[in-house]
Amino acid sequence: MTAIVELWNSLHPMLQAVIKGLAVIGVIFPLGGASSLVERKVSAWMQGRPGPNRALPFWVAWVPGISLLQRLGVFHLLADGGKMFFKEDSLPGHVNKFYFLLAPVVAMIPALTTVTAVPLGAYVDEAGRVVPLILANVDIGLLAVFAVSSLGVYALILAGWASNSKYPFLGGVRASAQLISYELSMTLSVIPVFLWINVPGGEGTLSLAKAVEFQSQPGFLGGMWFIFIMPIAAIVFLVSLFAETNRLPFDMAEGEADLVGGFHTEYGAMKWGLFFVAEYAHMMIGSAVFILLFFGGWNPLPWIPLSLVVGWLGAVSPVLTHPIIVGLLSLGIFVGKVLFMIFVFMWVRWTVPRFRYDQVMKMGWQKLLPLAIGNLLFYAAAIAIRDLQLGVAYWAALAVVTVAATWAIFANPLQKPAL
Amino acid sequence: MAYVVERKSLSLSERLYLPQIVAGMKVTLKHLFKPNVTLEYPDVRPAIPPGYRGVPTLVKDPNGREKCVSCQLCEFVCPPKAIRITPGEVPANQPDRAHVEKGPQAFDIDMLRCIYCGLCQEVCPEEAIFLQNTFSMTGYTRAEMVNDKAKLYELGGTLPDQHFKWDKKKAAEERGNPHH
Repeated sequence: MTAIVELWNSLHPMLQAVIKGLAVIGVIFPLGGASSLVERKVSAWMQGRPGPNRALPFWVAWVPGISLLQRLGVFHLLADGGKMFFKEDSLPGHVNKFYFLLAPVVAMIPALTTVTAVPLGAYVDEAGRVVPLILANVDIGLLAVFAVSSLGVYALILAGWASNSKYPFLGGVRASAQLISYELSMTLSVIPVFLWINVPGGEGTLSLAKAVEFQSQPGFLGGMWFIFIMPIAAIVFLVSLFAETNRLPFDMAEGEADLVGGFHTEYGAMKWGLFFVAEYAHMMIGSAVFILLFFGGWNPLPWIPLSLVVGWLGAVSPVLTHPIIVGLLSLGIFVGKVLFMIFVFMWVRWTVPRFRYDQVMKMGWQKLLPLAIGNLLFYAAAIAIRDLQLGVAYWAALAVVTVAATWAIFANPLQKPAL
Repeated sequence: MAYVVERKSLSLSERLYLPQIVAGMKVTLKHLFKPNVTLEYPDVRPAIPPGYRGVPTLVKDPNGREKCVSCQLCEFVCPPKAIRITPGEVPANQPDRAHVEKGPQAFDIDMLRCIYCGLCQEVCPEEAIFLQNTFSMTGYTRAEMVNDKAKLYELGGTLPDQHFKWDKKKAAEERGNPHH
């Protein structure tokens, strides 16, 4: 194992970066494709169907036990991929060719770029420090993710506009309006988390790794995941995430019932496949950020941080605390959580019907945004009272204001139900 | 009569919406683990209930004799004109059916025209044509989709007979009652 580490360290840093980047893309791209199969299977099971279970390449049919993989539809993944690569890549005559071809590329770029600022795991070095596994450990972390992932909407708008056809155009317009609406609530909902992390006297940071570090401290409040500390922020973030990734119940941009296929109506073959994979990659990055911020990242359970697990492993055998083993372990925990979130995305998809467009707008601007602002104000006040140690009177005042504001928003009899 | 539908205002949990979504997710999760409700069709065939109106077929009586007497009522009643019968003599090698005046020389049902209405079965005075449980007919050519007499008997098989009409006629004739 040390030989591998030495070989790795002897490589040029540039080469190391390229290999790491390719490795991450090489995992995310197939995972995006695999999600499509899982989506088909999960939807089938939820609807009481067996789902895809036919494809079996004849040259592996003799392998014993292969029928289990066949029943799970694993080979449909290969068939789908093969189909998308080799089917005729038609280019409609009425489109703006340059932007039409550019759009799927623009969809993939932010989806695969954001992953650079997302830590995927961690290991414990000799000094006992937790070092995150991350492509670019920059301090702006979350800001970079938000900035680049919002560029994803340009792909939808470009595709909608360049298709020169009414349904894609409507899809593109809807996508842009929806993303602008929910971007606000999403950003506002994570500010309390970083207000909480950036304690006075510490160095200011927006790094996602720091957010996880903060959730792996000893003590009751230190080991608590942020979902317990700020549940409203987590819910607002999650709902906005559904809207940002254009997933049901917010997939207004696709709306196969009313817009044929929305922004990708005119696309086919691998160009369509790129949109598809980009959507799943977006979901994965979004889920990853959600888990890092609110679900303790690579910590297996609340109040059981990774370093504690490493301590237990060290008690069993010192070999198990090797950085590679710990790195793989944390990576496994983190990817497992992300995949569970992907499942939740599918689960919600087959539970909640699509909102009407006016409902989407109303929910974004009239419900989530006030909620996110109120949540921010509440935590700003609470953190100020805690840090300045202002005393019980201020806590009581905050509680009264919070209850009054909640009542005003949710129990106002004059307000008509919005949804 | 006009009446007013009471529209209840939404409860708090309904207005919050999230509890409702969680309730829905509980339902879908239950369905995730329920057994499938579908059949894997070509491997598993559905049970056909009695009285099913599948492909029309010609049947033989329990003694293996042809029942159709080529009266052509089905041909006349068939709404899409799918049936075409060429009447002929009863073959000489069937001495016990010699007193039946006619038999079909050819009997074709064009399954591209058939609408599975069952009027042929209803009109048949000999109970010779039945819509049975074959529901899947495919072919590569139009000619393949026309069931000829041999195919119709192959699909139809033998069905029980309560009357043995022509045997009774023959017996009555032998007893000296030609107008039975």
